[in-house]
Amino acid sequence: MPTIVSARGVTKQVATGSASLTIVDGISFDIEQGESVAVVGASGSGKTTLLGLLAGLDQPSSGSVHLDGNDLGPLDEDGRAALRGQVVGFVFQSFQLLPSLTALENVMLPLELAGAADPRAVSLALLKRVGLADRVTHYPRQLSGGEQQRVAIARAFGGPPRVLFADEPTGNLDSATGRDIADLMFELNREHGTTLILVTHDEGLSRRCARRLRLASGRLVADERG
Amino acid sequence: MALLRLALRLLGRDARSGELRIMAISLVVAVASFTTVAFFADRVKLALSQEASQLLGADLVLASDRPIPDDFRERAAQAGLVRTETTRFPSMVAAGESSVLTEIKAVEAGYPLKGRLTIADAAGRRAPGGPPDRGEVWIDDRLAERLKLAPGARVAVGEAQFTVSARVVDDPEASIGFLNMMPRIVLNAADLPSTALVQTGSRVTYRLMLSGGQAALAGFRADAVPRLGPGQRVEDVRDARPEIRSALERAEKFLGLASLLSVILSAVAVALAARQYARRHVDHCAVLRCLGASRRVTVGLHAVQLAVLGLGAGLVGCLAGFSAQSGLAALLAPLVQVPLPPPGWRPAIEGVVAGFVLLLGFALPPLLSLGRVSALRVLRRDLAAPSLPAGLAHGAGIAAVAGFVLWHTRDARMAAWVLGGIAAAGVVSALVAWAMIRGVAQLGARAGFAWRFGLANLSRRAGASVIQVVALGAGLLALILLSITRGDLLESWRGSLPVDAPNRFLVNIQPDQVEPLQAFFAESGRTVPRFFPMIRARLVEINGRPVNSASYTDERARRLVDREFNLSWAERPQDDNVILSGQWWTGANPAAQFSMEAGIAETLGLKTGDVLAYDVAGTRLEAPVTSLRKVQWDSFRVNFFVVAPPGSLDEHPTTWVTSFHLPRGDDALMDRLVKRFPNLLVIDVAAILGQVQTMMEQVVRAVEFLFLFGLGAGLLVLLAALQTTHDERRQEAALLRALGARSRQIGWVQAAEFAVVGGLAGTFAALGASGVGWLLARQVLQVPYAPDPWLWMAGPVIGMAGVVLAGMLGTAGLLRATPMEVLRRG
Repeated sequence: MPTIVSARGVTKQVATGSASLTIVDGISFDIEQGESVAVVGASGSGKTTLLGLLAGLDQPSSGSVHLDGNDLGPLDEDGRAALRGQVVGFVFQSFQLLPSLTALENVMLPLELAGAADPRAVSLALLKRVGLADRVTHYPRQLSGGEQQRVAIARAFGGPPRVLFADEPTGNLDSATGRDIADLMFELNREHGTTLILVTHDEGLSRRCARRLRLASGRLVADERG
Repeated sequence: MALLRLALRLLGRDARSGELRIMAISLVVAVASFTTVAFFADRVKLALSQEASQLLGADLVLASDRPIPDDFRERAAQAGLVRTETTRFPSMVAAGESSVLTEIKAVEAGYPLKGRLTIADAAGRRAPGGPPDRGEVWIDDRLAERLKLAPGARVAVGEAQFTVSARVVDDPEASIGFLNMMPRIVLNAADLPSTALVQTGSRVTYRLMLSGGQAALAGFRADAVPRLGPGQRVEDVRDARPEIRSALERAEKFLGLASLLSVILSAVAVALAARQYARRHVDHCAVLRCLGASRRVTVGLHAVQLAVLGLGAGLVGCLAGFSAQSGLAALLAPLVQVPLPPPGWRPAIEGVVAGFVLLLGFALPPLLSLGRVSALRVLRRDLAAPSLPAGLAHGAGIAAVAGFVLWHTRDARMAAWVLGGIAAAGVVSALVAWAMIRGVAQLGARAGFAWRFGLANLSRRAGASVIQVVALGAGLLALILLSITRGDLLESWRGSLPVDAPNRFLVNIQPDQVEPLQAFFAESGRTVPRFFPMIRARLVEINGRPVNSASYTDERARRLVDREFNLSWAERPQDDNVILSGQWWTGANPAAQFSMEAGIAETLGLKTGDVLAYDVAGTRLEAPVTSLRKVQWDSFRVNFFVVAPPGSLDEHPTTWVTSFHLPRGDDALMDRLVKRFPNLLVIDVAAILGQVQTMMEQVVRAVEFLFLFGLGAGLLVLLAALQTTHDERRQEAALLRALGARSRQIGWVQAAEFAVVGGLAGTFAALGASGVGWLLARQVLQVPYAPDPWLWMAGPVIGMAGVVLAGMLGTAGLLRATPMEVLRRG
């Protein structure tokens, strides 16, 4: 399988007053198209920062990230945004739906940003797929947490994306709902052949992935498969 | 002390983070707009009080519209007072081919008793130390300019010829101040009879000017006041120039109300900013409480911060107001005509107090609620922030605004009207703005991505959007009304006048001049205009009860009763008069009776059947009111408040009056007329309208200047509202970026929202200005009015451009939001 995400010596430092703090420290790995990968580790180990760097939300202090064959280093913010729009989907812990838009409009948003042909039909099909066909005109405040995350997943699969990044996707949900959401994500992952990279505390969820990258103090301490 | 130091440190940190910027700038704008008017009014008041006796030309003046009775002179002499007299009246002054209506002032030796009279002649600037020599006159700059007179020129005043010997540089009585536009000429009292201008019916003011010791003056005043007849009054330095004072008070109220718009809009901005500040400080306070700060300390910290902020912003606002007032003074200088001393401290103190009142009314309630933040919030973020009882939160603000209005109007009734008007306008505007936002949101459902997204944001934040549209709309409305609608109204009114409407009035025509004048018009090949008799009479009794100005509270009624009426007689009503009630007289010899103009009857509280008694040159004339008439005053035809049947007034001293249309460029006719009949007063309506318009434009420019503060305050409301949604917008921008949006796309979403706010505010302003214009046209000017279609284009476009610009500047930081923030804040 071809490599979809590649990290080489990725380091992230932030300035704190006079000193500088290293959050991610010289991490290298390759992820192949269609893999499911969990990034695990204790709080403060640099999981979320690494996710942001892989998705092009942030830039490393040194090292390089390749996403779908594109070196993110030379791209500016708008260039990275364009790449994200084509290649990447996101699922966040706190759903991140826009409160002024209906479920349907939230799903349509990235498709419209990318100038897709028929965002409405695609979005309706996706909402139907995630089991929310009767909720399309509802606003986020009218939906339960699980329903909101379903909308977020439908939004993430609009592209459809070649890589789905998920940041603690079940963190704000009770365990039963969390399981349903995880099932849905893995199903869609298989259906679309999407690469799944998720950050989680939940060992159960991480074990459902084919591969686990374990971080401690910003370093990659284990790369477990199976 | 420790609390103060901590409060100052915290304030410094908040200031650095930009949290307080909008609140501080709003306060500065409110105080600046308020003190601009206050400083200016203070300068005029100081000018009046510092130069009271200077302006009066004496310590005490007895003014009368009849020659001053001798016994006043005798009593003044007995009291040991120094005296001199002046006689003032309007008349035509002619030089060469042109003539102009001028105020003639005849002075005696000794004038002025107080203050300086300065003239300029070949010998330079000097105090002349006496009246002009016989056969000579001094003229002011306006007359020199209008008649193109140089020293040594000859002028005709009535039947006499004079040589211009000097120019008046400074004359106490001439610095008359507001609204006097007539040029002036000074001549020697001994030359007055040779002009033959003081005749029956002339509007002459005789002034007996006195000066001397305090006791002697007080004695004279006490003795004279009870013996004053109708048309006589005593002025001294205390009540010097009541006309200037009342004009000033009116101007101050008017300008004050104009500045009120910006004060109220600024208050809205302060309220929004304070609420946001309190919301952001809830966690801050929870931590303080958790760390052991008492409620008192928490509230105290914020109260001290607020006080320091209020003082600082108040002082800066005063400085800004001080600078701006010189602009206002420059704009109004032609109307004031008094050299203005620098202002005193009082307006600055008032300004700082005003800033505090606003701050206390609008910012203290939300900050006080911080004292009630629970320390538990540190653990449970979902714990609601404390809210205030609505009564306290809004009551304090309403009380602050009410206090302001009362302060400006100094009149509880008027304050109630203004407040009611503001409240009603606020509610109606909010409803209209809300309906517009809903309507646009419906339209937007079918629009492109950026528009749809922007509009969805707008209707989700409907409350904030309504406030923005109304606040910006009010600022724009005021400016549009003054700059565009005013012009349209004037055009409509001018257009409604017939082309051949009379534009010259001839007044003061003696009975033996009527026939020669008719002949003059006929010989010149003109239509002979209709001549009307005019008798001066004073209203002394209504239904047997004596009346004087003290009988009325209404200012217009007092003025009407105080001066003499012009009565006339006529067989039939004029063509443009409409009888509203009662009946016009018929028959050969109708009994004595009056037909009154309806407006004046209403002012004086008269109806048909009331019996009026007039004093006509010492003779009493008593008769009932038998009809009320509606008069079309703006036809510029001669009309009278009170008309009697022929026969009842004929034996009284009469002058005649007429009006006619003088085609443009036909000045030769006027010159011949003035030369043949030098005693006639020619009133040039076009010139007067021109002067009134110039004056109005000066006032309007001053008000426009003040409304700029209002527009600034409206923009501050926009920025304050943006600030309250800043965190939300930043989060949205970051999310859009994470989902692949480029800077340009995020910019378009923002711009779409601002364009709609601006467009709606502009539409609202255009609607409002047309509505007010229509009301004025219908109710006041009674002319048809069609708003300029340009206004409907300009309003929304100006609003859109302004708000997009200001909004994009205010949210420039959002475009720098990094998408990583969505992960971090998760």
